[in-house]
Amino acid sequence: MALIDLANPTRFLALTARVLPWLIGITALLMLFGLQQSYMAPDDYQQGATVKIMFVHVPNAWLSMFVWIVMTAAALGTLVWRHPLADVAAKAAAPLGAAFTFVALVTGSLWGRPTWGTYWEWDARMTSVLILFLMYLGLIALWRAVEDPSRAARAAAILTLVGAINIPIIKFSVDWWNTLHQPASLIRSGGAAIHSTILIPLLIMALAFSLLFLTLHLAAMRNEILRRRVRTLQMMQASGRA
Amino acid sequence: MLTGTYAPFIVSAYALTALAVTALIVWVVTDYRKQQTMLRDLEARGATRRSSRTEKHSETIA
Repeated sequence: MALIDLANPTRFLALTARVLPWLIGITALLMLFGLQQSYMAPDDYQQGATVKIMFVHVPNAWLSMFVWIVMTAAALGTLVWRHPLADVAAKAAAPLGAAFTFVALVTGSLWGRPTWGTYWEWDARMTSVLILFLMYLGLIALWRAVEDPSRAARAAAILTLVGAINIPIIKFSVDWWNTLHQPASLIRSGGAAIHSTILIPLLIMALAFSLLFLTLHLAAMRNEILRRRVRTLQMMQASGRA
Repeated sequence: MLTGTYAPFIVSAYALTALAVTALIVWVVTDYRKQQTMLRDLEARGATRRSSRTEKHSETIA
């Protein structure tokens, strides 16, 4: 099957119906293995047991940015190539991105209290992630407010592209400004600054959460395609063409 | 077993994550069932998409 065939919603539904059961199984197994590895990981020499919060906080923080990058690619697909599944992909991803960002904010807050002595500080990293969360909510509200899907798609795509400027701000905020957050400790020149006993469970959890996003995203895209079919049939029935 | 001063923070973080993941799964599953039910109801009332009609027509010709 050529990649272009996926542009057809019917073929997409057929393909994802075959792939999803496998994805669900692999995600569940990897998540259980990641949780077991996280539980067994040793305490950090400075942070003690609170380092275990990192295994759920960091994957969610990464995904909060990654989902917006996926939505930005989908926005380009909507505006430039008018791909039939691009807006479906963006709309299905937004609630997932909002949830991952919310979890990143709250688990970060719960990690901050014992580590920094405060639940919240208006520093650059936390504030820019809070803005990202509000942008997700704004996009969801926009899709709900505009009834015509094609008009909503264009407006949401423009807002998504404008909002993408926040992603490098979040990423580099720890380098550009003084913040409570430590500088990048994994993706940096000179290699990761985390010991392998903590790094390996973190990478397993990051992969498990990424697969969770992929599984939920494909399932939510299927729902969105079905929702649009329902809408089309309702409109045809209302106009007596069905 | 997680004990000590930090246990409430760690347990809360994992519980909140589990709650959020569960909520997302429930949302996706209930939304799928809702859309499938609405689609079946519409089709039972005779509503069909043009593409479905074309597919059936081409199958008849073949």
